[in-house]
Amino acid sequence: MDVLELARWQFGITTVYHFLMVPLTIGLSLLVAAMQTAWVRTGNERYYKMTKFWGKLLLINFAMGVVTGIVQEFQFGMAWSAYSRFVGDVFGAPLAMEGLVAFFVESTFLGLWIFGWDKLPKKVHLACAWAFSLATMASAYFILAANSWMQHPVGIVLEDGRPRLTSIWAVLTNNTTLAAFPHTIAGAFAVAATFLVGIGAWHLWKKSDEEGVWRSSLKLGTWVGVVAFAVLAISGDVQGKLMFQQQPMKMAAAEALCHTEEPAAFSIFAIGDVRRPDCENVKSITVPALLSFLANNDFTSEVKGIQDLVPMYQEKYGTNYPVDERLGELSGKPIDYVPALPVTYWGFRLMIGFGAISAGLGLVMLWLTRGGRVPRGKWFPITALAGIATPFLANSFGWIFTEMGRQPFVVVPNPSGVDGVWMFTAQAVSNSAPGEILTSLIALTLTYGALACVEVYLIRKYVRGGVAGVIPAKTDDGALAFAY
Amino acid sequence: METLWFCVIALLWLGYLFLEGFDFGVGMLLPFLGRDNTERRVMINTIGPVWDGNEVWLLVAGGATFAAFPGWYAALFSAAYLPLTLFLLALIGRGVAFEYRGKVDSERWRKVWDTVIFVGSWVAALGVGLVIATTVIGLPIDANGDRVGSPFAAITLQSLLGALAIAGYALVHGAIFVSLKTEGEIRERARRMALTMAPVALLPLVALLLYVAGFWALPVVLFAGLALWRLWAGREGQAFAFMGLAVAATVTVLFASLYPNVLPSTLDPAYSLTVAGAASSPYTLTVMTWVAAFGTPAVLIYQGWTYWVFRKRIGVRHIPVH
Repeated sequence: MDVLELARWQFGITTVYHFLMVPLTIGLSLLVAAMQTAWVRTGNERYYKMTKFWGKLLLINFAMGVVTGIVQEFQFGMAWSAYSRFVGDVFGAPLAMEGLVAFFVESTFLGLWIFGWDKLPKKVHLACAWAFSLATMASAYFILAANSWMQHPVGIVLEDGRPRLTSIWAVLTNNTTLAAFPHTIAGAFAVAATFLVGIGAWHLWKKSDEEGVWRSSLKLGTWVGVVAFAVLAISGDVQGKLMFQQQPMKMAAAEALCHTEEPAAFSIFAIGDVRRPDCENVKSITVPALLSFLANNDFTSEVKGIQDLVPMYQEKYGTNYPVDERLGELSGKPIDYVPALPVTYWGFRLMIGFGAISAGLGLVMLWLTRGGRVPRGKWFPITALAGIATPFLANSFGWIFTEMGRQPFVVVPNPSGVDGVWMFTAQAVSNSAPGEILTSLIALTLTYGALACVEVYLIRKYVRGGVAGVIPAKTDDGALAFAY
Repeated sequence: METLWFCVIALLWLGYLFLEGFDFGVGMLLPFLGRDNTERRVMINTIGPVWDGNEVWLLVAGGATFAAFPGWYAALFSAAYLPLTLFLLALIGRGVAFEYRGKVDSERWRKVWDTVIFVGSWVAALGVGLVIATTVIGLPIDANGDRVGSPFAAITLQSLLGALAIAGYALVHGAIFVSLKTEGEIRERARRMALTMAPVALLPLVALLLYVAGFWALPVVLFAGLALWRLWAGREGQAFAFMGLAVAATVTVLFASLYPNVLPSTLDPAYSLTVAGAASSPYTLTVMTWVAAFGTPAVLIYQGWTYWVFRKRIGVRHIPVH
């Protein structure tokens, strides 16, 4: 493998991994803040226990999100230095803002929250929970603004062959960001909600102590889940329509739509080899005209297929890579504008599929446990716990789809923006030795793998321990002794 | 404007070295100062609420370098790829270790994480010293800012001296911090250890500064000397403050000797990255200036408040017996 492939694998692995922790942190921290608010306002011990129990799981997960996040920031300079030079005038700003405005708040107030239980007045301590949970969302906003700029560059002029920032406001209010943010945040709440539902249902079935805690958690999880999935569907639709305008190739690849159709059908399931951009030998189960509606809000409209898009891209962005030794084997070669179709086609379907499964599961759980009921069969806790995986999978496949779908670009050209601002992924990597990237790829993957085992082990342990496992032992002067 | 941002980056590194310097030190001293599990818990609890906030200074220094000097960020980070990888692994390890150490009540479990904290803190302190020294001393970079030569180009005698310099500083700073934040036997032990090892531990730092800036090493020696004198007199708070001045002087001297370069090329001075050449556009720098002008004071206020909330000394009596 060459530097490009290694660096891409590394970015993919570390980012998907990082994004397993992030949504749980974002969703759970706000729910924990809400539980603590309920406790402070009502004085009901049940909410205190919920705060403690879910707060502990949040902390176990948060630590991993933090340490894997540092890798993300450093990686741009380390493995993608040509990219960093090209976009630095624009892209660095939201990253720096994330650190200065959001991440500082997150880390500092989380420290205060962990250690401040007996040191701070109740309400001040509660305010710390809100500070860090809102800061996690602000973090997400800045990072999505940075990512959205790569998907759809705005607020710039082209100067000396590089984009130069002219409006930070345009970058922060990029319509791509505005669509991606609710979708991503709703995805985070879907994760947290399913987490509450799965673990709550298991404890109910086990008849653990503190039945009230588990019943309330289950209920909270289901309702948050219902809202989250509604927002996911609506924001996903908005985002999809936007993508049809901004990145038509990505959406054609999502459908493996080879030929322009009018009206276009939505493919539910394909049999055969979707790898080929000419769609030979692919049979697909379709819903007529649905894709036209998803793309343009109009059941009769035309949707462009890959075969018609390729010549358009070639005309606008060139047929061949520039001759440049840094491009290695790709130097001077024809540009393949078609993303990896099996990845985009199936990624898109798996995102929606797993999302739908986890949405349905929440509703079923709510029905099954209505009026104090708990099903006795063993299938009940197994389904509930297995369900926890589904929104994680949906999130991962969503990101894999959207990032693979913009290939071969790392900075996708904005069809209605400044001419000449785009970058091919192949041009973005550092001038590194393959051995360097291979070393870090192996080291990070092994470390991440080991840490995943530790995190799962700890979460299991504390889930099993229930409420009794998280209420701290008091010391003489009730200091911060419990945390470590 | 570029010069202002050069100063801001220096300030962020200063914040990072001053704050994370002592939590590196605590980790590096863990097996030497903490005789049993309870004492080690005392040590870790002195930094427990704050280490994560301290580490954000690094993220912001990195992010600000990316935003204000993309050329510098790209050249330095890609050229020092392998040392940075090791540094990141160390940060990952010790970060997770702090949070996970107390989550299972088992001697073996704690031992594993104590080792990770210890090794991770050493590697991270050495790593950050190596990277800072590298940017001051320079790298074999070409006109494009790309490294010419081996992946180990960043590892030179001078950069290794820089690694030892920061690690040595962290040891002394960490020991002073422990003596400032604890009570009883461990406080006294930390104080004595700081005094005994300082002459040796601070030697690489002085050597580095003499090498880079000659005469200008003097203020650092002076402040460090004052710190040790106050420590000897039993005034840990003043000693800690003087260490702060010493590290401030260190960062000032290093970055002043670097200016107007940000990363000298050891191949040809014409290839050196300069403040003007590596900087972002004036508009981006203006935006960043506004963000920093409002953001930084806020950070200082609430981080300061955190230290105030946890101002009490910690001792073995605060650790519950399992």
